Amino acid sequence: MQLTISDLEKSVNSDLTTSIKTSKIIFNQLILEIDLENLYSSILYLKTNDKCKFKQLIDITAVDYPKKNQRFKIVYFLLSHENNLRIMINANIDEKSSVPSITKIFPSSNWMEREVFDMYGISFKDHPNLKRILTDYGFEGFPLRKDFPLTGHSEVRYSEEKKKVISEPVKLEQAYRDFDFESPWEGTDYINKETAKKNKEK
Amino acid sequence: MKKQTKTINLNFGPQHPAAHGVLRLILELDGEVVEKIDPHIGLLHRGTEKLIEHKTYTQALPYFDRLDYVAPMNQEHAFALAIEKLLKIEVPIRGQYIRVLFCEMGRILSHILNITTQALDVGALTPSLWGFEERETLMTFYERVSGSRLHANYFRPGGVHRDLPRGLSDDIFSFCTTFPKIIDDLETLLTENRIFKQRNVDIGIVTKQEALDHSFSGVMMRGSGIAWDLRKSQPYECYEDFNFKIPIGKNGDCYDRYLCRIEEMRESVKIMKDCIKKMPSGPVKSIDGKVTPPKKKDLKNSMEALIHHFKLFTEGFRVPKGEVYTAVEAPKGEFGVYLVSDGSNKPYKCKIRAPGFSHLQAMDYLLKGHMLADVPAVLGSLDIVFGEVDR
Repeated sequence: MQLTISDLEKSVNSDLTTSIKTSKIIFNQLILEIDLENLYSSILYLKTNDKCKFKQLIDITAVDYPKKNQRFKIVYFLLSHENNLRIMINANIDEKSSVPSITKIFPSSNWMEREVFDMYGISFKDHPNLKRILTDYGFEGFPLRKDFPLTGHSEVRYSEEKKKVISEPVKLEQAYRDFDFESPWEGTDYINKETAKKNKEK
Repeated sequence: MKKQTKTINLNFGPQHPAAHGVLRLILELDGEVVEKIDPHIGLLHRGTEKLIEHKTYTQALPYFDRLDYVAPMNQEHAFALAIEKLLKIEVPIRGQYIRVLFCEMGRILSHILNITTQALDVGALTPSLWGFEERETLMTFYERVSGSRLHANYFRPGGVHRDLPRGLSDDIFSFCTTFPKIIDDLETLLTENRIFKQRNVDIGIVTKQEALDHSFSGVMMRGSGIAWDLRKSQPYECYEDFNFKIPIGKNGDCYDRYLCRIEEMRESVKIMKDCIKKMPSGPVKSIDGKVTPPKKKDLKNSMEALIHHFKLFTEGFRVPKGEVYTAVEAPKGEFGVYLVSDGSNKPYKCKIRAPGFSHLQAMDYLLKGHMLADVPAVLGSLDIVFGEVDR
């Protein structure tokens, strides 16, 4: 018999009582919030338990909330083919702590963890090969963090004098303007900053 | 006496005709046998996810065409579905049918490209010449409906951009009647071809367990005998209305995956035919004026329509707070979008789950112990497009 999503919530909650902080069902998907210490064991449980059978890891990603104390939320997506259910596992972490790697449970998490490391700078404990994956060789910074500028810090070009590709700080003719549309007149950020500056000078 | 062996390192790509884009492989070879593969990806990384965070939902949509550029509308579909879920809006039934019609067209586009280039990789030139002619026909359909052959930007939150132009559905239908013959022709060239079989049968075998462990989806999984297709198992849009089969393979080798793709094209043609026959009338996009822009006709004489139009294309619409993961069965596998909204007019976070990423990851595993000549064969059957792998 197939498990329904609410059955799953009940059974997971009764088996993992201590490690689950919150659980909710949104859009027919179970979302669990789990402590960092219990993350590894909980994922192992979800994969190996006879009822849950979450045998496939779909993806790993993180969300950055720079204002929060625990800055990052790391998200795991699992899929169970037998039960036809999806689950999302969240854990909040701060910038310094490292997450246990689940490459032993799901081999495919290798590149996914590398991607999270590359984009957010979250480190993974016991990862076999934790290095950058998507960004350029020798790239610095973590692009998907909210404090990383959209334009990046450096740009590359071919230098005719040096006869090679060189990297130099970004120079823009016009700054990227991010409109926030709070109000049609004074909403845009750059005007706010200018008026604040003027007021200060006064 | 101990035999002395030395492994050679070979750099494959990033500019190699069989690399299907900009893939760089560092191969460790013992003679002609592959010992280790280290794929270097990211040469086509454009920071799509970062860019999306800085654009309104409407502006972010075209980025999805540029991911898997051989089947653009399937990608747009996943993003549109995610937004619709968060906004809790319904797509009118005609809009849903048009979406299905074009998604299946995308599947055929992608499979033609894959099958023919896979054949090209193992030495057959003719299939790609025949196949690309058909792709061109399909792309003119794309052009007629959206104005662009490749980067369509046609699926919008709440429906599709506009209704089918006059005469298009008849032309698509007549394509559907002639296309199965082309598939037959392709099959006469490849299916029983001695060289094609020698290069593909028993190469790159994936067992059921491996398919699960390595996060495979789509044909990579069905080729190994797991009957899993999101169109059937977690039906989205109006896929429940259609009767189609899910072809699955037996051995999980490159040849089975090729056969699966051929059969899937036939099924897609059936769905497209069915779709045109059953096509209901009515609006093609949601009537919610806060999400979908007003008709051009109304702009001329309604002040309110003008204001709505202006607001929608400057500020855009605001999406309620929340997070959602939606997945569609793209031609290459499960294509998912994880969208986090903070209640503003821009996505707070948009993670794109590309099927090719996990498939490519398994390269090292699949090819260990194979010959160097099998590398392009396996790479071809993985169906990699770098737009989506590197994002």
